[in-house]
Amino acid sequence: MFTSLASAIAAAQQESKSLSQIALEAEARDQGRPIAEIRDALRRALVVMRGAIEQGLVGDLRSESGLVGGDAAKVHHSKAGPFAGSPFSDVLARALAVQEVNAAMGVIVAAPTAGGAGVLPAVLTGLAAARNIDDERLIDALATAGLIGAVVAERASLSGAEGGCQAETGAAAGMAAGAATEMLGGTPAQVGHAVALAQQGTLGLVCDPLGGLVELPCVFRNATGAAIALAAIEMALAGVEFAIPADEVIDTMGEIGLAMDVRYRETAGGGLAATPTGRRLARERLVHIKRSGV
Amino acid sequence: MVGPSSSHTAGACRLGLLARNLVGGTPERAHVELHGSFARTSEGHGTDKAIAGGLMGFRPDDERIRTALDIAEREGLAYTFEKTTLGEDNDVHPNTVRITVERADRTHVMRGSSLGAGRVVVSEIDGFPVEVHGNHHTIVLVAEDVKGSVARIAGILADDSINIATLRLTRKHRGGDAFMVIEVDDPPGEEVRDHIRALPWVRWTHRLDKVSS
Repeated sequence: MFTSLASAIAAAQQESKSLSQIALEAEARDQGRPIAEIRDALRRALVVMRGAIEQGLVGDLRSESGLVGGDAAKVHHSKAGPFAGSPFSDVLARALAVQEVNAAMGVIVAAPTAGGAGVLPAVLTGLAAARNIDDERLIDALATAGLIGAVVAERASLSGAEGGCQAETGAAAGMAAGAATEMLGGTPAQVGHAVALAQQGTLGLVCDPLGGLVELPCVFRNATGAAIALAAIEMALAGVEFAIPADEVIDTMGEIGLAMDVRYRETAGGGLAATPTGRRLARERLVHIKRSGV
Repeated sequence: MVGPSSSHTAGACRLGLLARNLVGGTPERAHVELHGSFARTSEGHGTDKAIAGGLMGFRPDDERIRTALDIAEREGLAYTFEKTTLGEDNDVHPNTVRITVERADRTHVMRGSSLGAGRVVVSEIDGFPVEVHGNHHTIVLVAEDVKGSVARIAGILADDSINIATLRLTRKHRGGDAFMVIEVDDPPGEEVRDHIRALPWVRWTHRLDKVSS
């Protein structure tokens, strides 16, 4: 298992391999299973991811509290926005879709977490659809995403209760940006820059869900997280280099998480959760959940 | 996994599954003490449903978690949840739970935390400090500090064709109680635990099945 992205990138460069190949080999070694089995597990994850996207895009789901649902379908069908019909708009709709399914206690793939589960499948499947990329390359991309996530878990955190939303949708944006950059032909070094570019844009992001429900702002933060990933991919593939290495950006995220007040770490004590409207909605909705007994 | 939170739902379910191991099946009674973010946001995340589901043997991707509290009532699992403080915020992980499980004449207490992305750690069983992550089938035991104890345990596992992945042995002082946490590749049967339990210098042992890959 790699503890830094730099060492994984160096290994890929030395051996003239892709990061996904490096990731699959490392995972096979760690688990003592052949690469084919690891790929099969990722293939199953891809099926669940697509299932959640399809389910969410229908638009008939409501969350446990009734607070969110139906917005993925709005974006999916809209012709109003400047990006309507584009891959950008499609990725946003997919991110909302997965997170709406999650909020309804549906089945999703934690990527890396449930609260941030929309970003990675949205970015990867959305861009794969736009560019006619086959499933084998999507599976490669999931392996790369896994490697990036494991480095973030090792160096910082993947928990909103530990590090705020920067450790959930922020980490997911880094994973998605790096993985998609490779999928679209980027070099291992460009993958590193994509991770850094995505995660620098989410530093300091707090975890402030209303009533502690993984609904609001989580559903929308997955869409904006995906947008940040897309921005990072666009820049990295254009050859933009971020001067601070990805590992140091990740370390910074971990440090900010440690310094973050407990109110901003998934306790519903601060941020949007503590606004007058946030408090009122949380009160009403928690009562609704208890009454409906779901 | 079933949403909405990998730490508060999937991780919580895994902690329930681990606690279930201590009494060898669905407990008749469970008292669940929630700390920190677990206490503050448990209903919203379905943490209560997920822990109850885990105690009944549901895995994190089992859709029955959604209605686990209703199922618990039908299955005869009497549960109580308490929001509490298990220590200072800086010392205790924000997603920590202490679960007391009772089944027939067995009562055990487990403390564990959900670390994010579904990863968990069990930090205490019946007051003994342990570190079990649930990525492997695990045997935990407390033994008197006698010579050859590791060889004897390794022998019992080898006789059953069980391969040891990792073994950690700690003791507070020479001659004091030794804690062993043994992660193994293959699920050890009840008889392996019984063999270990029958050793005169073993004070206490438990088997915790793998809850994640």
